[in-house]
Amino acid sequence: MKILVPVKRVIDYNVKPRVKADGTGIDLANVKMSMNPFDEIAVEEAIRLKEKGAASEVVVVSIGVAKAQETLRTALAMGADRAILIQTDDEVEPLGVAKLLAKVQEEEGAGLIILGKQAIDDDSNQTGQMLAALLGRPQGTFASKVEVEGDAVSVTREVDGGLETVKLTTPAIITTDLRLNEPRYASLPNIMKAKSKPLANKTPADYGVDISPRLETVSVAEPAKRSAGVKVADVDELVAKLKSMGVAA
Amino acid sequence: MKTLVWVEHEGGAVKDATLSAVTAAAKLGEVHLLVAGESVAGVAEAAAKIAGVGKVHVADDAALGHALAENVAPLVVQLMADHDAFVVPATSNGKNIAPRVAALLDVMQISDILSVEGEDTFTRPIYAGNAIATVKSKDVKKVITVRGTAFEKAASEGGSGTVESVASTGDAGLSSFVGAEIAKLERPELTSAKVIVSGGRALKDGETFEQLIFPLADKLGAAVGASRAAVDAGYVPNDYQVGQTGKIVAPEVYIAVGISGAIQHLAGMKDSKTIIAINKDEDAPIFQVADIGLVGDLFKVVPELTEKL
Repeated sequence: MKILVPVKRVIDYNVKPRVKADGTGIDLANVKMSMNPFDEIAVEEAIRLKEKGAASEVVVVSIGVAKAQETLRTALAMGADRAILIQTDDEVEPLGVAKLLAKVQEEEGAGLIILGKQAIDDDSNQTGQMLAALLGRPQGTFASKVEVEGDAVSVTREVDGGLETVKLTTPAIITTDLRLNEPRYASLPNIMKAKSKPLANKTPADYGVDISPRLETVSVAEPAKRSAGVKVADVDELVAKLKSMGVAA
Repeated sequence: MKTLVWVEHEGGAVKDATLSAVTAAAKLGEVHLLVAGESVAGVAEAAAKIAGVGKVHVADDAALGHALAENVAPLVVQLMADHDAFVVPATSNGKNIAPRVAALLDVMQISDILSVEGEDTFTRPIYAGNAIATVKSKDVKKVITVRGTAFEKAASEGGSGTVESVASTGDAGLSSFVGAEIAKLERPELTSAKVIVSGGRALKDGETFEQLIFPLADKLGAAVGASRAAVDAGYVPNDYQVGQTGKIVAPEVYIAVGISGAIQHLAGMKDSKTIIAINKDEDAPIFQVADIGLVGDLFKVVPELTEKL
């Protein structure tokens, strides 16, 4: 079984995003970029399934600027086998990404497609579900545990009230939550090895998909700022505050 | 505009998140509801009483019993022939179902809206709430998920909607529900609590978390939350997590105990009315958003606070 893992290049998790002065977006010039953290978890899960013998090949795919190659190389260094870059300078929305990925899946015929549940830039949380819809396949979103059982996969999901387990027939789409695994660091020899792994260059036009945006960003603004309040000296003062707010009797 | 709101329900009752979605939908136009599930006549009846609701479509079928997106989405798509917007609370079920519907309708979903600026224009948080984008949808039909804390809840009584049965589209045969481990709620639910006490990694372990945070929460009749670090470390289960990728909360009072205040955590609670922080590090970023701060050792301060309340 082949596993397909889409990955996105986003602002690094530790960088505080700044809104551009002209209100058109976030300033990404000279900002550290990394693989979306949820996608790292997806890559790790695919590699673990391969190591367990449940998968034969891990293919990573990214849609984005030329530099998304670095993100793909990171995934290759972690242990993925080959990569596909669908290169575009345009911002592609989740619906467009899902349409491109559906075409990739037509060619690849993967048994599982594992994606991050959301990207930490646009926080949409849509692509996996949309891809499942377009392919007419089941979805196991927000996964904290994945077990392949023959031609089915059992997925434990993080839901509002706790955990839920569903069984899906493959091919299936899985989106990862934080507790699924802890991604490995690529070792230096593996980083070197990754440089010679195959990486195919494509464009959206190769897939004949219309990815023109459906949402227009009118403006981007900073949220209302909270200002720091007062410090209390001790517990008694805090109790008094809570009482005056009516929270404590 | 005619909207269709998906009703989130549990144990025969409409969940509060639905009421916020109804308020958002009402800003767009007429509000119709969809109650999908197994043995949901009672839910439909309750839903019809929500203020401002017109028609309530009820689909009663075992295949809809666990809100499996594979079975719910085709039903919604059928109903959307007669509606202009599909509006869903941004709960884990809502976030699972809505994008599947959007793709089937060939629509780009607008996630987690904070406000309705016009019939095609909305605001939504991006980059963990570090920026607010105003977006305009070019799609004829809209698919929208609603952030519960950004909209008042519609009144759950006073409406007089008409209940109408619709046929289920059946079992897609793609997925099945195996089981769930749903935490027994001994305290108020996080997303609707008036007071929340949250703990962070500084609490050391699960036992300490329980011994310090739970009694304080119980004194205040509060829900219990946690930072990602505390959940990752296994002190408490995942459903306690507040933050960018966990639950978004906005209670009257949020008490952060031993939480440093990473931007991902702040994203989940910075709309709380009053934030109180207890932390031994006076430079912790949490103090930059806290209305009331107490610098101190939580192992001494928290028991003292619980005692004196």
